[in-house]
Amino acid sequence: MADLIEAATRTLPLSGFHGGSAAAVLSVATPATRISLRAKPDAVSALSGALGLSLPMKAKTSASLNGRHALWLGPDEWLVIDENEADLMAAVAVSNVLHSATDISHRNTAILVEGRGAEVAVNGGCPQDLSLAVFPVGACSRTVLAKAEIVLLRTAEDAFRVECWRSFAPYVSGLLAEAAEDAGN
Amino acid sequence: MSGANRIPGAGRLTPAKTARFFFDGKSYAALEGDTVASALLANGVHLVGRSFKYHRPRGIVSAGAEEPNALIGVERDAARKQPNVRATVQDVFDGMKVISQNRWPSLSFDVGAVNNLLAPFFAAGFYYKTFMWPKQAWKHVYEPQIRAAAGLGVSPTEDDTDHYSSRYAHCDVLVIGAGVAGLSAALAAAKTGARVIICDEQPEAGGALHYDKSVTIDGQDGFTWAQATAANLAKMDNVTVLPRTTAFGYYAQNFVGLNERVTEHLAKPDKKLPRERLWQVRAKRVIIATGAIERHMVFANNDRPGIMLASAARTFLNHFGVAVGKKVGVYTANDSAYEAAFDLKRAGITVAAIVDSREKPGEAVLAEARSLGIEVLAGHGVVDTGGKLRVSSMSVARNGGGSARKIAIDALLVSAGWTPSVHMFSQSRGKVAYDNETQRFLPGTYAQDCLSVGACNGTNDLQATIEESLAAGELMSNASGFTASEKLALQGVNAFSWTGGMAGAAEGAGADTTVKAFIDFQNDVCAKDIRLAVREGMHSIEHIKRFTTNGMATDQGKLSNIHGLAIAAETLGREIPKVGLTTFRAPYTPVTFGTLINHSRGELFDPTRKTPMHALEEAQGAVFEDVGQWKRAWYYPRAGEDMHQAVNRECKTVRDVAGIFDASTLGKIEVVGPDAAEFLNLIYTNSWDTLKPGRCRYGIMLREDGFVYDDGVVGRMAEDRFHVTTTTGGAARVMNHMEDYLQTEFPHLNVWLTSATEQWAVIAVQGPKAREIIAPLVEGIDLSNEAFPHMSVREGKICGVPTRLFRMSFTGETGFEVNVPADFGPAVWAAIYERAEALGACAYGTETMHVLRAEKGYIIVGQDTDGTVTPDDASLGWAVGKKKTDFVGIRGLRRPDLVADGRKQLVGLLTKDPNVVLEEGAQIVADPNQALPMTMIGHVTSAYWSENCGRSIALALVAGGKAKIGQTLYVPMPDKTIAVEVSDMVFFDKEGGRING
Amino acid sequence: MLLIYCPYCEEERSELEFRQAGDAHIARPTNMTEMTDEEFEAFFFLRDNVKGLTFERWRHLNGCGRFFNAARDTVSDKFLTTYKAGLPKPDLSTLRPATEAIVETYEATESDAK
Repeated sequence: MADLIEAATRTLPLSGFHGGSAAAVLSVATPATRISLRAKPDAVSALSGALGLSLPMKAKTSASLNGRHALWLGPDEWLVIDENEADLMAAVAVSNVLHSATDISHRNTAILVEGRGAEVAVNGGCPQDLSLAVFPVGACSRTVLAKAEIVLLRTAEDAFRVECWRSFAPYVSGLLAEAAEDAGN
Repeated sequence: MSGANRIPGAGRLTPAKTARFFFDGKSYAALEGDTVASALLANGVHLVGRSFKYHRPRGIVSAGAEEPNALIGVERDAARKQPNVRATVQDVFDGMKVISQNRWPSLSFDVGAVNNLLAPFFAAGFYYKTFMWPKQAWKHVYEPQIRAAAGLGVSPTEDDTDHYSSRYAHCDVLVIGAGVAGLSAALAAAKTGARVIICDEQPEAGGALHYDKSVTIDGQDGFTWAQATAANLAKMDNVTVLPRTTAFGYYAQNFVGLNERVTEHLAKPDKKLPRERLWQVRAKRVIIATGAIERHMVFANNDRPGIMLASAARTFLNHFGVAVGKKVGVYTANDSAYEAAFDLKRAGITVAAIVDSREKPGEAVLAEARSLGIEVLAGHGVVDTGGKLRVSSMSVARNGGGSARKIAIDALLVSAGWTPSVHMFSQSRGKVAYDNETQRFLPGTYAQDCLSVGACNGTNDLQATIEESLAAGELMSNASGFTASEKLALQGVNAFSWTGGMAGAAEGAGADTTVKAFIDFQNDVCAKDIRLAVREGMHSIEHIKRFTTNGMATDQGKLSNIHGLAIAAETLGREIPKVGLTTFRAPYTPVTFGTLINHSRGELFDPTRKTPMHALEEAQGAVFEDVGQWKRAWYYPRAGEDMHQAVNRECKTVRDVAGIFDASTLGKIEVVGPDAAEFLNLIYTNSWDTLKPGRCRYGIMLREDGFVYDDGVVGRMAEDRFHVTTTTGGAARVMNHMEDYLQTEFPHLNVWLTSATEQWAVIAVQGPKAREIIAPLVEGIDLSNEAFPHMSVREGKICGVPTRLFRMSFTGETGFEVNVPADFGPAVWAAIYERAEALGACAYGTETMHVLRAEKGYIIVGQDTDGTVTPDDASLGWAVGKKKTDFVGIRGLRRPDLVADGRKQLVGLLTKDPNVVLEEGAQIVADPNQALPMTMIGHVTSAYWSENCGRSIALALVAGGKAKIGQTLYVPMPDKTIAVEVSDMVFFDKEGGRING
Repeated sequence: MLLIYCPYCEEERSELEFRQAGDAHIARPTNMTEMTDEEFEAFFFLRDNVKGLTFERWRHLNGCGRFFNAARDTVSDKFLTTYKAGLPKPDLSTLRPATEAIVETYEATESDAK
């Protein structure tokens, strides 16, 4: 009966969303694969090898290579994102060390905030100190944006990637849109 | 000409830049930069409002945030009407509409003024005594009357069309106040490279330099220096200068709330601009440079329009170019007021006399007065004033008595001295200390990393203030890790240093109980009221405050607190510090609700969570209900159907054919690791070792006390991987509960938890034709009963995309739950929906889901349980592993009360009249004829009309319920008593065969 | 709003990222089924509600997700220290003393004149 099946198409959260202001432009990140990776310190080296990326061991740091990012979220927790939609579950499966990987590609979505007002826009709802000295390029953290949880990654001096659970995306993008508007004032 | 009292050449406003505004409908001219107060005074308008209690005519007392009298309404349009705006801080803009408050029918003729004549009946605390009887009258007469009379201003009835914004900010040094002290501190801090934020409530920097024209700094006019300094600071990358921004609250660990008024002064603000912006600043160090507030003199009838603070008159003259009168008197206990007289005299205004309560005024100011030809009456007091809607005379007498001399005046400038603004320091939980010598409270013990500088720290001398502030700026930067390459120095020069000051009742306040010598203008509290409070037994300043309402008005006692305290101390015969000071609370000045809620309005009030299929369901006609933050499809009415009809149809269709349901909101947790089963053994009452990969089990989770906490189906995907589901509402707390045990009690287990709720879109397909609906869409999974029995899970493909397909049921029918990665949810839903429609099935919502599960006696945790229900109470004892030696709740379950007889147990109820549907929450009694109050033995937890059973059904928690099956109980309702028969919990397909179809 | 030092993130973060999680150093007994009613009562129900120094659990919920322990003064609201879950109570004599007890109770702040 397989011939009856028309492969299901994807409906992306926030499809078509763009907004913000000249100071802080908002856009939706392209689809990416993501896993929540959990492991103890003795497995980190093998997992890093499997991912081709050194899993960061220090709080608030990340590692990025060719569109693949590993973000330290907790002492045994990383959010791994692959913007090229590589199969991350398969990648870590070959590590042969004790770990847990869960596919969360569709759980999260991401909004990109870019421009000279990006920091101010994110600070419209995020209580962390985002100055470059404290939150440099590459810094990342799970935190809050007003009433939603986000994972924040600084991709450039004036650019952030804001990851959130898909159902929070309208709230997160709506709040960022207002804050981005104000960041231009 | 922008007002007859504008003095050409005086002030800092530009005569060419005019604006027009309306006050109570009458048009007036103003200059750009005017406040409503300065513009009204320029036009000779002193009467601006009525007092709260006595409706006495009131004028402008101050030129700043401390204003107690000049409260106005500002209207932009029907939606934007702001009551209780202080005229002294509101800028005039062109076309502005200002209305006076607390008067009827008009400001100059106010019926409420009769209260002034009735004043003997309105003594302090009158409301505690007067309205005591008859008892009924409070509700029907007194309270409505008081409510009508109470409150200042009128709030708008339409939604606010403005928007507000919020920002978190971090800095090394926050400087509160941009007067000489604040600017100096900010300069020193900024030079070190530290991140500095400096804010000031006024439109421009300068603070006291607004009025003190005698100051020069480094040879430059003081006010000019302030503007240049602020501009230079604003240019620096490490400095943020925030004018029109009030630090209103000082919280723990240097967290300070700032309220920036962005558009309040603009005639036609850009719609993109927020009206106000909340800054939530976390500062490593804070420098408080909030200055001091001048106090008025307390004497008989000191509240007439035209009587104002001496510094305010100087501000109106030196900054706004407005003369507050043509012939002014001065009543003071302090040198500073002399300078007001000097400035006015030099501007060509007649100064009738300076009345000084002191025998020996400062030498320097006395000499200057003499040289300017101003009469000084030292050792005298103003004992009364005259004038109806504006002061017209002052009666002056020698201290200690004697005949009074009446002097004609049209304005009276008063000063009892200066109160350091310790509000921010006190809010930071610092303890103030009383300085006996200068009779004032000053910062004492610090509680946070902050420093007070300048007048708020009791430093009066200009150069001392500058040096103290520069040092503080540097010190606080050093403490934050920044150092300056060079020391800053500034040289400040001013005309006079000030001495003197008094607190409490002046000569002329009277010792008796009739003289109205006002302390708190807005709340009409007089010196006599404080004395009365003490006589009535109030000895604590907090009690006196509440008895008299002193300091409880919108100005929070900025002028009145020290006077009230001094009078209380005098009456009590104790020293001021022994009587104590009331606590300073946030906000320093009123903050709009708009600012406090900022973005959290409308769509952004709270996250609204929608499932991936929401848009499709909406298009299919779904009505949604709120379940926590989620929107869930409630029912799908077709043309002409009400909710009842739609639900009946959906219920029938599911059991007769099939239905599809969006179950995406169910919590999902991926439990992964070699010890996953062992972990679940500890978290759930059930045993998981025996569950084979590919199979599912219904699990119950308890709290340690033995009560049901959550439930859900758990599928074993692999030896080391479980797909756990939770209730929709329980998702977050169950995850937290599991993490808590894993991290702190069972950290030795090799297992990890990941929330996967939103990774999956979940489509439940339930009913006799469920298999037929999905079969053509599924690849790689044998759907037959034998290969894929009830309570199984398989991985394969549906519509060409990966699925975790569960064979499970919350309806009692043959059922599948299709999990697909969320982005594929809509397409898969559409494909299944198309199949379902073709076969006569339908989409159903949460209401139908509730009815169907109740027909089968499946409980909903949180509806049929309430945190006091054990598995046994809910007939779920079978799910508790009898051989287990540990799980969360195992010991709690064995508590005596949890195993005792007579516990409330979940049972079914069948109404004797099958058409009557019980009300959820209704109480149950055994004997409906017993006397009130009846003994209640349980309550209804779920009740529905069951179209499939052709009658009403209900679940209830009933004491000893299982033993009562077959008995008749009663549900008393307001209009009737409903007889019910206790039954088991399964109403439909009692044999349970359909689930395996 | 408090700043709380997370011993895992090694940084002070806003209270908004944290949740309080009850008293610390109450280990779940391993012999659950053998406990007397009194022992279970003491373990599960009885808490001291200390005025002053207390040991409590916090979770960096919207951060690293870790539970950790804190020594905090319930009178001044101040944290004396925070430390990782599983570590013993710190030696308080080595910590800076709670700065002067600054109180928010009516009795202490509002009725100096009684």
